[in-house]
Amino acid sequence: MGLLAAEKGAKKSLHICPKNNFSLSDVVSASDFSRKDVEAVLSTASWLEKEDIKEKKKILHGFVVATLFFEPSTRTKLSFDTAAQNLGASIIGFADANVSSIKKGESLADTIRVVSDYADIIVMRHYIEGAARLAADVSKRPVINAGDGANQHPTQTLLDLYTINKVFGHIDGLTIGLFGDLRYGRTVHSLVQMLTLFDDVKLKLISPETLSLPDNVKSSIAGKIEYEEAQELSKFIESLDVLYVTRIQKERFVDPMDYEKVRGKYCVTPSAIAKAKKTLKIMHPLPRVDELSAEIDKTSHALYFEQAKNGVVVREALLYLLKDVKKW
Amino acid sequence: MVKKTRDGLYIKPIERGTTIDHLPVGTALHVLKIVGSSDDAITLAIGVPSRKLGKKDLVFVENKLLSNEQIAKIALIAPGATLNIIEKNEVVLKTRLEMPKKVVGLMSCINPKCITNIENVEPIFYIDDSGTARCYYCEKTMKREEYINRLRV
Repeated sequence: MGLLAAEKGAKKSLHICPKNNFSLSDVVSASDFSRKDVEAVLSTASWLEKEDIKEKKKILHGFVVATLFFEPSTRTKLSFDTAAQNLGASIIGFADANVSSIKKGESLADTIRVVSDYADIIVMRHYIEGAARLAADVSKRPVINAGDGANQHPTQTLLDLYTINKVFGHIDGLTIGLFGDLRYGRTVHSLVQMLTLFDDVKLKLISPETLSLPDNVKSSIAGKIEYEEAQELSKFIESLDVLYVTRIQKERFVDPMDYEKVRGKYCVTPSAIAKAKKTLKIMHPLPRVDELSAEIDKTSHALYFEQAKNGVVVREALLYLLKDVKKW
Repeated sequence: MVKKTRDGLYIKPIERGTTIDHLPVGTALHVLKIVGSSDDAITLAIGVPSRKLGKKDLVFVENKLLSNEQIAKIALIAPGATLNIIEKNEVVLKTRLEMPKKVVGLMSCINPKCITNIENVEPIFYIDDSGTARCYYCEKTMKREEYINRLRV
């Protein structure tokens, strides 16, 4: 996908920015997005990345962004806080549900109704699946889902797509390997869903059998995107443009021995990617443990720190695109 | 016990009430749960011969009309079944039950971590053409054999 032509002019002034083609009033799930919506986010992020910081500060001047984190988070919370600050917004919220009235037994719906009278945009992470959809339904203001349990994490997916598009100049036609825990990783599910919006993308799914992509996700992408599965990275490594690595968590295994068996096998090292294209890019939503060797950091394949950095500008783009939404 | 009557019918026709015909075999007991208790007779036939289905179940409910909610639940587990309203031995309304596209509050989500199972939130599901239900909130899917036991009665 090429970036929108409008962004070329955007470098000069804040008043020439990409046309707001964003159709959503909340960012809850990857399944809500059309290709146009994704393109709107990517082109806005690209414009904001080049925009002067002083000019950016005017965008949300006088706005209040609430970041409600009912579950601990490092990167996501910090990147949303940074994005809001970069656009000049004030920030309210909490990083621990123990300090909120939830602890006193207040329903999530009531908490959100109250906060939507205080803030212009609500960013929420919650440990309960479906919490973001409920929040979006009861909030007068736009809600951005910063992760709801094992369900969705759409802003991670948007920053993943932004990173891929920035490096390759397009997403259409790429061969993308998803590696590790494809069963429980919400980032993988959201990414797979959004990749179906692009043309001729080929997915290579590499995981232990017990951690393969769930059937319901497979059925939701069937016919929309070409995919192949294997348990060995070596089967696909030569064809990949992108290798998206995820962490295999010990707690997913009933038998610790099973974990130990896959632990060493599902580790990306220089020798594991020796036959890869020179242009292969390796991504990871972070944090990593030992599934991605530190030796990769020094190579031209490493894209994960750039990916994490892009989280700020993509979240700036979402705040920008939602700032004028009036729900009711 | 249901017996074949002299005129070859498995259940004696009712004078007034509701009959649900062309139920897939094995669904009559679920329909009974949905219909609930009644002061009048409820008659079931399970696995009777059917020209259309090979075998089918039947449920006859005397002197009772079903609510829209009950009908929607039956449609969920037995789309294609035929619901007849009987008055004075005559069929006054015959409806083929169609799978609803959206159901609200009729069943619970299979996902114990779904907000609808934790807070006081009415479950909403969207049903696709294959009969798979997707939770509006947590997006988990359930096949018919999974949600047939999750209907709220």
